[in-house]
Parts: sequence; structure tokens; C-alpha cells
Amino acid sequence: MENLVQAALKTVNFYAIMPSVILVIFGMVLLLIGVFSKPGRTTHIAWIGIIGLICAAAATVSAWNGLAIKDIGIQFGFADQVAQDGFALFFNIIFIFSAALTILMSDDYLRREGYPINEFYSLILFATAGSMWMASATDMMTIFLGLEVLSVSLYVLAGFFYNDVRSNEAGLKYFLLGAFSTGFLLYGMALLYGVTGTTNLSEIGLILSSQHQAMLGNPMTIAGMLLLSTGFLFKIGVVPFHMWAPDVYQGAPTPITAFMSAGPKAAALAAFMRILLFSFAEMQVDWSALLWILAVLTMTIGNFMAVSQTNIKRMLAYSSITHAGYALVGLVAANYIGFSGILYYMLAYTFMNLGAFAVLVLAGKKGENNLTYEGLAGFGFKRPFLGVALSIFILSLMGMPPTAGFTAKFYIFAGAIKAEYIWLAVIGVLNSAVSLYYYLRVLVAMYFRDPQEDFAWVSMPLGAMVSIIISLVGVLYLGLLPERVMELARIAIF
Amino acid sequence: MVSIDQYLVLSAILFSIGTFGVLTRKNAIVIFMCIELMLNSVNLSFIALSNHLGNMDGQVFVLFIMTVAAAEAAVGMALIIAFYRNRDSIAVDDFNLLKW
Repeated sequence: MENLVQAALKTVNFYAIMPSVILVIFGMVLLLIGVFSKPGRTTHIAWIGIIGLICAAAATVSAWNGLAIKDIGIQFGFADQVAQDGFALFFNIIFIFSAALTILMSDDYLRREGYPINEFYSLILFATAGSMWMASATDMMTIFLGLEVLSVSLYVLAGFFYNDVRSNEAGLKYFLLGAFSTGFLLYGMALLYGVTGTTNLSEIGLILSSQHQAMLGNPMTIAGMLLLSTGFLFKIGVVPFHMWAPDVYQGAPTPITAFMSAGPKAAALAAFMRILLFSFAEMQVDWSALLWILAVLTMTIGNFMAVSQTNIKRMLAYSSITHAGYALVGLVAANYIGFSGILYYMLAYTFMNLGAFAVLVLAGKKGENNLTYEGLAGFGFKRPFLGVALSIFILSLMGMPPTAGFTAKFYIFAGAIKAEYIWLAVIGVLNSAVSLYYYLRVLVAMYFRDPQEDFAWVSMPLGAMVSIIISLVGVLYLGLLPERVMELARIAIF
Repeated sequence: MVSIDQYLVLSAILFSIGTFGVLTRKNAIVIFMCIELMLNSVNLSFIALSNHLGNMDGQVFVLFIMTVAAAEAAVGMALIIAFYRNRDSIAVDDFNLLKW
């Protein structure tokens, strides 16, 4: 017994999960500070949360620098449950940015909507820590735990406005469907465990590749793979598992909608990529064929549903489904341009989407019934800075140069063409053209409609301004000087 | 002696019953119970396979699933109560405000 404990303690390596440990500690400290603060005062809590995220970012960067040093290198820990490699660290940065931008835009919004509650920030930090565990997990158990820490926090956040029926409904829908998909994910994991006798991703990969033919003939392997993929595709919001996304995105508090469409989506994509590459690398031809169909369906259906929306939050929800489809194109390509393209794409998407939502948070009235195309009539002239910012984010979502959206799509489609999926790239580009229609409607409403209102309620709080400016810098930097970040994304791929 | 096949078949049947219940039931709590049934059928699979394969990974996994399911139940019940307070109903037919 004594020896078992000692052997287990030897594998403990907190350095391998440092950024998430920092976030969890800060999350708990924020809960304590909230207890001793006056009710309704949350600004200081938000800023302490930002400090926590900066510390986590510092830990991530120092671990990244350590990767190149021979004695440090990739950190493994907890009996090969986690690996802090370049892939995990790059995704950590995406999660940290999405959490930080969300916290910055939230403070004033929560007060306006009448829910200035400090637990909001702790939950965002916990969700971010869960995302980090998913990205660095090398074992199905860790993936499951990270996924659940992330999901349970998000269920609460989606239903955070407890007196608002729409938020209740969003939270409950997300919870029921999320738990349902977790059931499928777990059943897939159980079947794979039954076939291979291990839960470690690389060991599963070794066993599947050494007995390739026998394994592929085993219905348990196929069923396990499909069920596992169902769970992940649900979280990413891929057609035909996307039905929850528009409802939840519309009903949830706006900053949480922004957060859900960037960070957690990237986390699910990261874990899915790692499983595909570590465990199912031998079956690349098979899953590429399956994902080809899903990518085309996702891009097309997301686009055509977005066209008919009148609510901008809901339109952005469908557009987020479409963007998940573009990211899948990189996964289908399955070469290093495609994979590093996904990393680049998720970072670019974080900036442009969170930036757009930050402007919408400011433009909304209490209750946010005015976030329709008509509600934004003349917004660009009444509020010039916010108008220009929103235009840049929308242009980036379209994929116009010189913004981040263009370079990101460029890399993804370049990967598809390199892998000779010409038609996939063509369908992707055609879909981008369709998306012009509904994105341009936002610009038309802002600049070519006479203002119905004076937008006097739009204030410019410090946090939201910082968040918009960071997003603007990110979108333009990734658009104008893509080489450096692309190089980092390329190093990050295993 | 019960063989591994019988455990796995039972688990698959329980999982299917759970899935069917989620898709057909109208009451949010009953749906949630069906989801719990699905998770527990997975637990049964894991334990049977762990015993069959002779390693402990599956049993450790079950402990994690049970812990997480408890946490999830707490959050789920809270959401159901919040919804009930505002709508006086927990029928999924009343989840009808968000539509296009």
C-alpha cells in the first residue's frame, strides 16, 4: 500500500497543469472575495479575474519557452494523463483570450441587466480551466473530466439570469442535450476501452494500428468511434448535432454566448483532434471521408439558416455553426497546413467573434430586444467608433482581406487544396460568398438606414472598450502580419 | 457464471431504453432520469469490462462518472427549479420561447 501511494505521488507534476491550477485557485479566491464584498459590487472581482488570467498566460508562455529547452521539454504528468505540449499551450492562449475578453465585456452588462453576481467570474475561470484540461488530456478520463468541468460551468452560465425565462430555457435546453450527448460520448469510451483494454489515447492508437484489420472488422471499434465522435461533434455544434446551438446562443447572456462560441468550441475541437491523431491515425482515410460530408453539411446548412434570421444574436449563432464547418475542413485535409490552420482559425475566430459580441453588448438595451437589423439602423453614424469596430469584425467574419478572417480561411482552404480536396475548397469558398448576404445586412442597417433612435443609452465602460480594442488589434495583426503566429501554430502541431 | 456478453447486452439494452426515453418523454425530470439511466448503463459496461480485462482503469472511470453525474444532477435540478418558478411547468413542450 505504502509503495503504491509513493508510486502514484511520483507521477504528480503540477508544472504540467500550471495554467489551469492558477485559474482554479483564482476562481476559488474570487468566490471568497465575493462573500466579503458588498452585494452588487463586482468590478473589483472582474479585474482580479483578469489578473488571474494574466498569471495563467504568463505560465503558458514560460512553458512554451521551456519546450525548446532540452531539460524541460514537453511536460507529462499524473501517470500520462496530461501532456503540456505545444498544441495544448497554443490552445491555452486561445482559451485565455476568450475568457479575458468575456470578463472585460461582462461587468457593465451584468449591472445593466440587473444580475451583478460575483460567481459569474469564478465560473468563467473554472470553465477555462476545464477547457485547458481537455486540450492537454492524453487519456479519455482526463478528457471526460475536463469536458464536464467545462460543461457544468456553462450550464449554469447559460441559465445565469434566473428571473429571465429565455435564459432559463437556454440553460435547461443546453443542460438536457449536453448531458444526453455526454452519455453517447461515455458509451463510446466504454466500447473503446473494451476493445483495447486501456484508456490512454496513444496506447489505444498503438493497439488499433498493430491489429488494424481485425480491429476494423470488430463492430465494437466502429460503434465506439462513432459514439465518441457524436459526443464531440455535438459540443462543436456540427450539423446534424447543431439544433441546440441557436436556441442556447440566443437565450444565454450575450457575453456567455460570445464565450461559448469561441473557447469551449475550440476545446472540444482540440480534444477531438488529439483523439483522431493519437488514437485513430491509422483510420485517417475513413474519418476524413465522414468529416468531408459533415463539413459540407455544416457550412451549407449553417449559412442558409443564418440568411433567414432577424435577430443578430441568432444570426451569429448560425454563423458560428458555419465557422465550425470551415474549421472541420482543416481536419478533413489532415495535413500540417490544415491542422495548424485550425489552430490559427480558432484564434482568429476568438478575436473577431468576441469583438463583434462586445459591440453588441454595448448596443443592446436592457432585455436586448433591440438587437435586430432594424434596431441597429443608423448605429454607425450615431456611434462612429463602435460602428467602425463592428464593421471590421463583420468584414473579418466574412473573410475580407486584410483581416484575420481572410488569412485564417486562406490557410484552411490551402490545406484542403494541398490534400487534393479541390471540391471541398470550392464549396467552402462558395459558402463564404453566400455568407456575404447576411453579414452585409448588418453593415447596411448600420450605415444605409435612417436612425430611428439616438442610441443615448450606449455607454463606453472601460472594460468593454479594452476588450474591443484588444479584439481590433488581434484581428488586424493576424490579418496583416500572419507569418509569426502561423509559424507558432505550425510548431504547435505535434 | 454470468459471461461478459450478457453484461454488455444488458448494458446496451439499458442504454437504448434511456435513449428512447429521452426522445419520447415530455417531463424534464423524467428526461433527466433517462439520461442517468444511460450513464449508469455505461458504468455497468465499464465495470464488466474492467473485470473481464483484469485492469482497474474501468473501475476508476466509473468513480469519476458517478461523481460528475452527481454534480450534474445538482446543476440540472437547480435549472429545472428556476424554469418552474417562471413558467409553472417543466414540460419540454413549454420550451418554446426561442424559435425563429
